[in-house]
Amino acid sequence: MKLIKGFAHFWYDFIIGDDWKIAAAVVAALALTLGVVLAGATAATAAIAGGVLLLLFFVVSVVIDVRS
Amino acid sequence: MTGATWGLVASTFAASFVEFVEALTIVLAMGVTRGWRSALAGTLAALVALTAFTAAAGYALSTWLPESLLQLVVGTLLLIFGLQWLRKAVLRSSGLKAMHDEEEEYATQTAAARQAARQSRFGIDTFAFVVSFKGVFLEGVEVVFVVITFGLSAANMPAAIGGAAAAGILVLLAGLILHRPLAAIPENALKYGVGLLLASFGAYWAVEGLGVFTHSGESLEWPGGDWAILALIACWLLISRVLVRYLPRLKPQSTHLKPETVR
Repeated sequence: MKLIKGFAHFWYDFIIGDDWKIAAAVVAALALTLGVVLAGATAATAAIAGGVLLLLFFVVSVVIDVRS
Repeated sequence: MTGATWGLVASTFAASFVEFVEALTIVLAMGVTRGWRSALAGTLAALVALTAFTAAAGYALSTWLPESLLQLVVGTLLLIFGLQWLRKAVLRSSGLKAMHDEEEEYATQTAAARQAARQSRFGIDTFAFVVSFKGVFLEGVEVVFVVITFGLSAANMPAAIGGAAAAGILVLLAGLILHRPLAAIPENALKYGVGLLLASFGAYWAVEGLGVFTHSGESLEWPGGDWAILALIACWLLISRVLVRYLPRLKPQSTHLKPETVR
């Protein structure tokens, strides 16, 4: 059990790090981009939307970080 | 070598260099305070585990995963690492977080090592072994992902591995000669640059990888192909500079953020 906990803790540290908001921002931006893809947008439109969403969600996560 | 290959080698070198410097600081702190035998045993065990992880991950990624899913998985991880680095770089550059200092990190690690209880197994100090193992393995896995992404993106894995290996050898030699943390390295500037690179390559790959969910299952194409990576680097740089300029104004006046030193 201790080993499993240690293993899970290692991967949490590795992926989430010391700010969970970054991982959440990335997942949310990619999920929305997937929505754009599945809605039938062209690859180029979806790619640009993905880039813009990633930038936007990053800004929001850092601003929340500073204001809290 | 072409300019693109030099760029690839330089990128993997810079990204890996920062990771190796951090691993060296941890191992040095354990070696000096708890004994070199345990610190080196932890490092060696981490290198063995890292080799096994790289072989298993490399085999699984190249054999079982379609290209687009590989791009999504590795790109997302790289994006998260890159944006974490970029966040810290932005907060440091805007004065909202203390600059990372290897000397300070070393002092923190040695203080923790001196306070930790001594428990031995097979003549190896458990604390030094575990901390060294975790430090080297954690930083090493990040290097593996950087090498995979940069190497596959440029279709030149040997150059990517070469850049990372050169960084590892250089840090190791510097550690052997100096026997102290490499505090003179402009680590904050390096991390800023590497954060921009990782965020850009990660965004490029992760978005391309979303094509795995389409009927064809093929990667999405960015307009402009590989040139989109340069556009992404420019966008992340621009947005980070805007944040550096305006974030201090957004900080609530009543609270004082305590400068915090982070990895």
